[in-house]
Amino acid sequence: MARVGHGILGLVAVAAVGFGLATTAQAAADAAQPPAQKWSFDGIFGSFDRAATQRGLQVFLEVCGNCHGLDLVAYRNLAEIGYDEDQVKAIAAQFSVEDGPDEEGEMFTREARPSDAFVSPYRNAKEAAMINGGALPPDLSLMYKARMGGADYMYALLIGYEEDTGDHGVPEGLFYNPYFPGGATAMPPPLYGDDVEYADGTEATIEQESKDVTVFLAWAAEPNLDARKRLGTKVLLFLIVLTALLYATKRKVWRDLH
Amino acid sequence: MSNDSVGKRVVQWFDHRLPLVTFVNHSLVEYPAPRNLSYWWTFGSLAGIVLVLQIVTGIVLAMHYTPHVDMAFVSVERIMRDVNYGWLIRYMHANGGSAFFAVVYIHIYRGLYYGSYKDPREVLWWMGLIILILMMMNAFTGYVLPWGQMSFWAATVITNLFSAIPLVGDSIVTWLWGGYAVGNPALNRFYSLHYLLPFLLVAVVFLHLWALHTFGSNNPLGIDAKGPQDQIPFHPYYTVKDLFGLGVLMIVLLAFVFFAPNFLGHPDNYIPANPLVTPAHIVPEWYFLPFYAILRSVPDKLLGVVLMFGSLAVPFLLPWLDTSKVRSATFRPIYKQVFWFLVVDGIVLGWCGSQPPEGIALILARISTAYYFLHFLVLMPLIGMIEKPRPLPTSIAEPVLKGGDAAATAPTRGRS
Repeated sequence: MARVGHGILGLVAVAAVGFGLATTAQAAADAAQPPAQKWSFDGIFGSFDRAATQRGLQVFLEVCGNCHGLDLVAYRNLAEIGYDEDQVKAIAAQFSVEDGPDEEGEMFTREARPSDAFVSPYRNAKEAAMINGGALPPDLSLMYKARMGGADYMYALLIGYEEDTGDHGVPEGLFYNPYFPGGATAMPPPLYGDDVEYADGTEATIEQESKDVTVFLAWAAEPNLDARKRLGTKVLLFLIVLTALLYATKRKVWRDLH
Repeated sequence: MSNDSVGKRVVQWFDHRLPLVTFVNHSLVEYPAPRNLSYWWTFGSLAGIVLVLQIVTGIVLAMHYTPHVDMAFVSVERIMRDVNYGWLIRYMHANGGSAFFAVVYIHIYRGLYYGSYKDPREVLWWMGLIILILMMMNAFTGYVLPWGQMSFWAATVITNLFSAIPLVGDSIVTWLWGGYAVGNPALNRFYSLHYLLPFLLVAVVFLHLWALHTFGSNNPLGIDAKGPQDQIPFHPYYTVKDLFGLGVLMIVLLAFVFFAPNFLGHPDNYIPANPLVTPAHIVPEWYFLPFYAILRSVPDKLLGVVLMFGSLAVPFLLPWLDTSKVRSATFRPIYKQVFWFLVVDGIVLGWCGSQPPEGIALILARISTAYYFLHFLVLMPLIGMIEKPRPLPTSIAEPVLKGGDAAATAPTRGRS
């Protein structure tokens, strides 16, 4: 028994060292620590709150999507958050994309289809930078995984804008946000509350909108999270039983030796 | 002969011409192993299994990956989103790399504790160190492939190390890149090497096992087997023991894969590579942090590079630097304590590597780098000369069998 303890302890120790190092490596120096929030997709059994994800899509389409792309997500993926085929088609049809060349060699514009990726608000990065005073609004497809603090960070950033009273030295044309690395962001405060009228009647406070769009973007970055955690619990349960049986077998095989 | 021997005769016919069955039987079934191997001896076979896992997941990933600066990042995201179970395969491969290093580091420290590098296992030890170096090259080339910000900047920082070589350094870096900056030619050759190196790894693992099976495993007592009473066949005793170890490893690995797949990674690698934007802190994966700390512990670039490569070179000399004739630390009262200082030294170096090289982290990095070399170059020769080892048991079987009835005596403490 003691020897089993050693083996397991070794693994745990290695994992612990890995954990410790990874977290210290990621401590951001010059930004406020975003407060931890409760998310439905946290933990072993967590999953995306369907209604919040759909409300988040609405906020994205009506607000964020005017300046930010979502290149890695296609309209067809919206079926995974509860829209049927006709609804997906209708959402896609609000946007137009350039296609071609057709049989006469001409490029043409058509309605977006479910198989198209979310249509970018700009033709290219140059246009995006030009429209936004030189600052390129980043694509939001992976934002949840590409920032320290993930969902907590995005939420804190969206509700965290403050007036620069002068002592933060924010340059003209930029905005003060203590959660943004360096404190000065080119993104104007995107949400104020009542920016959208929610289809399900939820009150559109700035906190509600920020939370919902964060859930939507977390889904956009990690669309397989629900499937991953469901499969994971089954696999681990199986492995724990199997490993217990292997231990019993080992004991039985070794019994005649001692 | 009855008809059940037809199959048997076919096997015998084949085995007579190519003794594959005899070989497997000899090295995996009958193979005599010391009867007292503890769970620390499981990590060798675990490392082998993780290598196979990495090769299998890696080959599947290669079927969907596109090695081009404009497409690599998106092709990885296609694997995550559109390939069936692509997310599972990629997360297993990424976290499998960490598992490989964790298992191998434990395996190496086990060898250090029980003196597994000593006569007649010096070449076995060398093969193991070569495996570690190949693993590092492999982990580095693999980390570059997703072409995120950390991929790009890790490639830039590490290849730039060679510019510290006097006179020809810059030419070597240009040659490594296939251009004047890290770009498409570099990504392509890293991909090629990342596919090649695992097979070299398999070849060296084979040599490692060949050397191992020539004299057999060391054991917690560090004394040679004197006869059949000291040994047991590998199967079923160690096959079942290793399988249990594999179960535990899989639980830990898959807990990361399913519930914290990005925990050991860096968020910046989900930002596409951008040569115009340098990340605030460029940090390697956890398993490189101690070496990164050594590299940055001195203000001189060339000396840092020499120290870092030196930290990998010095262990090759360990069989001769260690002057003690006793293998197991169980019977070496001074070395037993110094060993744990080296473990702590490695962890401290790892922490230092994760911090910006300034203030207390830099001071600690310097002290622990100096201690690392002190351990191998000064303490190991010295302790062997002044230490008075405790008396060794006369055979493996004696304390093991005695431990069964009588109260536990000294040797059973060997597993602590």
